[in-house]
Amino acid sequence: MKGLLARQIYAHFQQEKFMRLRDGWVYPLGLACAISLSACGGGSSSSDSSAPASSGGGQKVDPATTGDVKGTVSLEGTAPRNEPIRMNADPVCLKENKEPQSQETFMAADGKLANVFVYVKDGLSSYSFDTPTTPATIDQKQCRYHPHVFGLQVGQPLVILNSDPTLHNIHALPKANSEFNTGQPIQGMKTNHTFTKREVMVPFKCDVHGWMNAYLGVLDHPYFAVTDASGTFELKGLPPGTYTIEAWHEKLGATTQSVTLGAKESKDVAFAFKAPAAATN
Amino acid sequence: MLHRYAQFVAGCTVLLLLAGSLVTSTDSGLAVPDWPTTYGWNMFTFPPAKWVGGILYEHGHRLIASGVGVLTIALAAWLWVADERRWLKWLGVAALAAVVLQGVLGGLTVLFFLPPAISTAHASLAEVFFCLTISIALFTSPGWRRQEGVVVDSRLTRFATVTTAVIYLQILIGAAMRHTDAGLAIPDFPLMFGGVIPDHWDPKIAVHFAHRVGALVVVLASALTSGYISTHHAGARRLTRPAAVLGALVIIQVALGATTILSSRNVWINSLHVVCGALVLATSIVITLRSWQAVLDRAARALSVQMGERARSKRGAVA
Repeated sequence: MKGLLARQIYAHFQQEKFMRLRDGWVYPLGLACAISLSACGGGSSSSDSSAPASSGGGQKVDPATTGDVKGTVSLEGTAPRNEPIRMNADPVCLKENKEPQSQETFMAADGKLANVFVYVKDGLSSYSFDTPTTPATIDQKQCRYHPHVFGLQVGQPLVILNSDPTLHNIHALPKANSEFNTGQPIQGMKTNHTFTKREVMVPFKCDVHGWMNAYLGVLDHPYFAVTDASGTFELKGLPPGTYTIEAWHEKLGATTQSVTLGAKESKDVAFAFKAPAAATN
Repeated sequence: MLHRYAQFVAGCTVLLLLAGSLVTSTDSGLAVPDWPTTYGWNMFTFPPAKWVGGILYEHGHRLIASGVGVLTIALAAWLWVADERRWLKWLGVAALAAVVLQGVLGGLTVLFFLPPAISTAHASLAEVFFCLTISIALFTSPGWRRQEGVVVDSRLTRFATVTTAVIYLQILIGAAMRHTDAGLAIPDFPLMFGGVIPDHWDPKIAVHFAHRVGALVVVLASALTSGYISTHHAGARRLTRPAAVLGALVIIQVALGATTILSSRNVWINSLHVVCGALVLATSIVITLRSWQAVLDRAARALSVQMGERARSKRGAVA
């Protein structure tokens, strides 16, 4: 077991070495070739990656004046059926999931939509925030990512955990941050990663188990939330000001609202997405 | 025996092409994140129990590639030792260099997360390597060595060469299309967004469109070459047979291409389309080389005389 771990550490070291090499000169060169040779572009889910990683020497939030923004996200129309998942590519995944499985794309009940990432998109540029030292965690359990949608702050550590008795690779596909693809062949294995730039959203996938996907929002402030099963969210401790709040869904895209918050004020915001046309028939 | 072995290597390369195309069709290219190790293991000791999901395709491709690499080393060595034709010895070395470079490109594309430029180069070099193995199998065949029924027809040479070039260009476009995820950029067939020409454009649609136009050009070029052979060299079986095979393969290839789109890129249909494309190229290479044989033999004889003279003058200088 120790020998295996050593091999894995060696492989990671090798990969890190190549990542440095790539970031230095090979990747820009490859990218230039790729752009000239091929058709790049197309749809990107990343809608917010331009802001700096740290807001520098901005003012600190005064806790005595802060308020909250809370609300719900609704889905108008009938939620599409989630794609069924066939896990027979890996006997371990089959064993871990006795019931028929499906994707988590549209987690809607009573017209409320879960797994929507809600965050302050704009309005906080004059503030600076400490980077949390408590890590965020994404777990690979029962051949699924837990959580499916989540957020963290720039510089905050992310712990990637494999709780499954099978191997996974975790492959992040950011646009603004560095792409990585790390193998985790051993149950209980942990890998740490830190994102250095703000980016909404970073997709994760497992290339071993094609159905596994997750989305991460990387922000330079702590005002983000993911809607729960009842479609509700809450952004606590916001300083007074006017904000653009965005709600992002992996298939339905993003929608924004402007909110002006006074000192110690609490405001409700309701977002609504329309179900895709085919599903409302 | 050497000829049979060269045929065997070419056959194994078809299997390798299928394995490689399955990796792309199943989107498994990054299922093994490290290289040349596999999840930290030595590639050859990675436990079979862990060959699950996308790993089965990616790791299987690596193992088959390693096997073909070993077979190519043996082929190059055998040619070097057993064949008196110096240029063929070096062709064996070229095949070995190609398969080594191919392995390195395969590793690099994994380590750099499948950049389209490297992945397309990997796919394109695969075809070159396959053509080298086919060529070696042809050059070591008894028919080639006996110079049976050598045809001298410059027009055929031109037709066949252009056809091979067009097919290879079409494969390059196809590889670029696969590795830029443009395989369904135009989702309908035979029309394109309901019309004869797409009503809107982006880079992916342009690559896909180029591949469809390329298919039309390949059909015309292959028909021209095959038609020319059947009318002008009807008695030359060494040409009529591959010409018939080329015609049949092109028809199958077009059908597979259409079905790939209509089935929304069914994994097996898509992969067979890639393999069939390689077979079309290989068949065209055979026709082209046979049409060039008179010229090649002349050049080889001249080279051999020149080298003999050089060796004699060297011996004279030493004496």
